[in-house]
Amino acid sequence: MSPFRKNIIEVENLSKYFGNLKAVDNISFKVEKGSVFAFLGPNGAGKSTTIKMLTTLTKPSSGRINIDGVNCLENKSEIRKRFGIVFQDQSLDDELTAYENLNFHAAIYNVPKKLREQRIKFALNLVELSQRKNDFVKTFSGGMKRRLEIARGLIHHPLILFLDEPTLGLDPQTRNKIWEHIEELNQKENMTIFFTTHYMPEAEQMADKIAIIDYGKIIAQGTLAQLKKNTKSTSLEDSFLNLTGRSLREENATSIDRMRMRRRVFRR
Amino acid sequence: MSEAIYVMWLRQLKRYWRSKPRLIGSLAQPILFLIAFGFGFGPTFQKAGGGDYIQFLAPGIIAMTTLFTAMFSGIEVIWDRKFGFLKETLVAPVPRIYIMLGKTIGGATVAVIQGIVVLMLTLIVGFRPNVTLLPLAFLFLALIALFFTSFGIAIASKIEDMQAFPLIMNFIIMPLFFLSGALFPINGLPKPIEIIVRINPLHYGVEGLRNSLMGITGSYITVNILILLVLTAIMNIIGSLLFSKVEL
Repeated sequence: MSPFRKNIIEVENLSKYFGNLKAVDNISFKVEKGSVFAFLGPNGAGKSTTIKMLTTLTKPSSGRINIDGVNCLENKSEIRKRFGIVFQDQSLDDELTAYENLNFHAAIYNVPKKLREQRIKFALNLVELSQRKNDFVKTFSGGMKRRLEIARGLIHHPLILFLDEPTLGLDPQTRNKIWEHIEELNQKENMTIFFTTHYMPEAEQMADKIAIIDYGKIIAQGTLAQLKKNTKSTSLEDSFLNLTGRSLREENATSIDRMRMRRRVFRR
Repeated sequence: MSEAIYVMWLRQLKRYWRSKPRLIGSLAQPILFLIAFGFGFGPTFQKAGGGDYIQFLAPGIIAMTTLFTAMFSGIEVIWDRKFGFLKETLVAPVPRIYIMLGKTIGGATVAVIQGIVVLMLTLIVGFRPNVTLLPLAFLFLALIALFFTSFGIAIASKIEDMQAFPLIMNFIIMPLFFLSGALFPINGLPKPIEIIVRINPLHYGVEGLRNSLMGITGSYITVNILILLVLTAIMNIIGSLLFSKVEL
């Protein structure tokens, strides 16, 4: 990696509060252009809220986001031209067919007409849904919807691709194929990849840089080697667990959880 | 850029055309109203010297159908939010106003089609419109449809969950319909109620639609069209502003 690489995402002192809850608490990080950045953390740590802020879906309570030199808060439509996103939860239209969903996407994302057919065909092949392209999405299983969702994220080739737990619930074969293609986009088109995942091996293999967020704060960031060294661990999974603890998390912490959390903080 | 408007419009039409149960279900209400009110109040209306009630009622029911369909198409944004599709359109690299316009025109197209279907049904019950001003009647239908689809989108942009749905139904849509002059003539109403009817945008649509279907020309046409055009433009701007501020 050249030391002169440009930062495509710059986040400074970013926070998001929901009432008293600090979902994201004063985080800062940079993502280099053309790199693969993994954003890890336990459930409810603030990953999705951060992605929503980066993708203009939620307004930050405070802080600054710059994407490709453009301020995210001032010029939302310019920012939206620069990224694509695969959401964590469903965002397909159930009453359209698989093909129609992709075609709709290609149209509102300004994919040139000449490229559309070819990209849609390729994406459907990649996720092995070509046979079902004229079926309504409401007839699809959860895994098939997930695959279609990813296929859709790949048909317009943005500067940055956000993937919020893209491979959740997919079998290893599909996961591998999808990552192969993402890697290809990253290398051939110099597309920056920003992703969250719970599969540590994915982050281990793919990411140039890794950041770990917990309770809204970034508690570690750096290359895989740095993280392993700093936590004296042999694998990313170990360093993740060393950093975030081994207790279970819930998506929405209950008041008892928060009490436990405070107790743990005090005990430290 | 304009392609975004087109695909949003097309999506709306496809969804409408494919959901046959919804299509048929939404025709049940106007038929019921037409039969219950038409045959129920018809004789009394005639005795009071109002003439054939079906002639009076049918345009009101056609307007009602368009109102309901338009509002529901607009409020569909709440569904899109609930089922996730809204996200896909919100992060799209096109100005949100195009998304909003596409949805408005799509919803309005569906509402006009529904209105025309009901117009044909009223013919079976005995409605005999004057066809000379038919294009004008369609213009009024289109204005009603555009106004209320934008209105629905404006409401849905501020409301996050489907719980609010019966509230919208009972406190906005039903009063708009009942106090528009769709069911009864407004001359002779108590003053406060007449004022309410006169500030109801639907009133100008109903009146325009009824007169043009009866072939009555006059200055009302220009006045009503102007009022509806201005209101539709304002509502569209409000809807666009609220929609462009939608967050998840």
